[in-house]
Amino acid sequence: MSQEENILSELTGRFNFLEGKINILRQRRVSLEVGYDKFPEVFDYLVNKMGFNFLHTITGLDEGERIFLIYHLSPDGRIVLNLKTSVLKANPIVKSVMPIFLNAEIYEREIADLLGVKMEGLPIGHRYPLTDDWPVNEFPLRKDWKPHNTEEGVS
Amino acid sequence: MHNSDEFRIPIGPQHPALKEPESFSIALKGEKILGVDIRLGYNHRGIEKACEERTYIQDMYLLERICGICSHSHSTCFVQAVEELASVQVPKRALYIRTLIAEFERIHSHFLWLGVAGHEIGFDTLLMYTWRDREIIMDILATLTGNRVNYGINTIGGVRRDITDDHKRQILEAMEKLEERINYYIQIATQETTIIKRLSGVGMLTYEEALKLDAVGPTARASGVARDVRKDDPYAAYGEIVFNVITDSHCDVYGRTVVRLKELLESLSIIRQLVNNIPEGPISVRVPRKIPAGEALSRYEAPRGEDVHYVRSNGTEKPDRVKVRAPTLANIQAVKQMLKDRQLADMPIVVAAIDPCFSCTDRMVAMKSEKGASVIKWQELRNYSIEWYKKHGVDFTELNKKLA
Repeated sequence: MSQEENILSELTGRFNFLEGKINILRQRRVSLEVGYDKFPEVFDYLVNKMGFNFLHTITGLDEGERIFLIYHLSPDGRIVLNLKTSVLKANPIVKSVMPIFLNAEIYEREIADLLGVKMEGLPIGHRYPLTDDWPVNEFPLRKDWKPHNTEEGVS
Repeated sequence: MHNSDEFRIPIGPQHPALKEPESFSIALKGEKILGVDIRLGYNHRGIEKACEERTYIQDMYLLERICGICSHSHSTCFVQAVEELASVQVPKRALYIRTLIAEFERIHSHFLWLGVAGHEIGFDTLLMYTWRDREIIMDILATLTGNRVNYGINTIGGVRRDITDDHKRQILEAMEKLEERINYYIQIATQETTIIKRLSGVGMLTYEEALKLDAVGPTARASGVARDVRKDDPYAAYGEIVFNVITDSHCDVYGRTVVRLKELLESLSIIRQLVNNIPEGPISVRVPRKIPAGEALSRYEAPRGEDVHYVRSNGTEKPDRVKVRAPTLANIQAVKQMLKDRQLADMPIVVAAIDPCFSCTDRMVAMKSEKGASVIKWQELRNYSIEWYKKHGVDFTELNKKLA
């Protein structure tokens, strides 16, 4: 069995609800989607039990009603697992993963700035990457956001 | 946190000592750094959003302009993702040419870094030498692609320019010369007391810290972490090439210097293998403008470390989302760690040692003359400079003979 299949079978063995939710996209790429209520335990299991200790980055996606977050994790720098979860756009709150991955700070600030996801537990600090005088509740990476939304017409 | 002993120095975003806009707030006790607060984002240009409103081919050119040094890194990383989504089989010859340009880029980037590092520690002769030698590579890149930066060699489904036998000969000749120069720099770095003493023990990042902070590229490899996308997740032609992942156990700026220098030799070896084994055949295939819906994560070992592009397509000719994570962003926490409890005077070289790239490019192409702007050739510029110095009483003629 390939390493990708091992990951798939270990995860479905541990979590029944992941049956059919894991895809092997190609060699060295595995994708997995999980509801946010189950996210903390799956994330914890991946990091602490399966050795996924490298966070490549976090991608944020606006999918209309929901905002998706993809945590790109790897156990060894070879295989990358895209762990996908989502929250309602109306009230997008997720817990920061900074306690586990210090490097997540900048990735989470980026998502908070550009997609308006509240990151619980993220320490007070500089915003990234928008300017300090950026208007509140303007999240440029949301699909309904257009440059003319701001007074100065940022483009 | 503030107490009477602590002193805070703001550096940047506009500051004579920084070449790019970023802002550091350094907490000091005497000369010792207690902590560093880094504010980034001054170069944010909204490229990810802009990508959603442009076609894949336009995005490729736009993303190439994220950075003036590792431009090929970003464009290749992006086209790889698009080609994966379109299920395109890129011709081997195209992959070889992509890899060739990638390694030239690594060489010129590492040379550039070596020069900057030399400058930051007051060893400007090294800057002058390395940047002169870097021109050998810049000339080759200009010959092969037509450009010194933003080469525009990639297209979705292959590359845009082929290489000829004449090019191959030029490349191999240039590699001979570079090998001699690189060996000379390795000799300097391993024997010159000034360099060894100035860089050793500066900007420490232990193996455990490098792992914990998810450091990438030469920064991680100099702390003994053998992580290199070219080996770990082979793309382009790397699966067919024999090369070593260079690591070092010094865990300091000195180690980062050694890693980059040795990587230069590996790059030479990779380039020779590519030139000697490049298969015949087409250099591109046609790819439909509309890309089937899906998602792809592409990785690429840029000169500064792992570059990551995530592309999501929706079946149209424009992507739904393009996400970029450049290597410098992954090394920011590592810099904070390296600076903590260290001397303020070490800050410039420690920051420079991750080879930060907040986005930069610099090139002189034209000089104003009475006739207006005109492009000046490298040789003419060089002659102009030699004449200028002669007039001011400095003659390089003898030295030039020695160096030729």
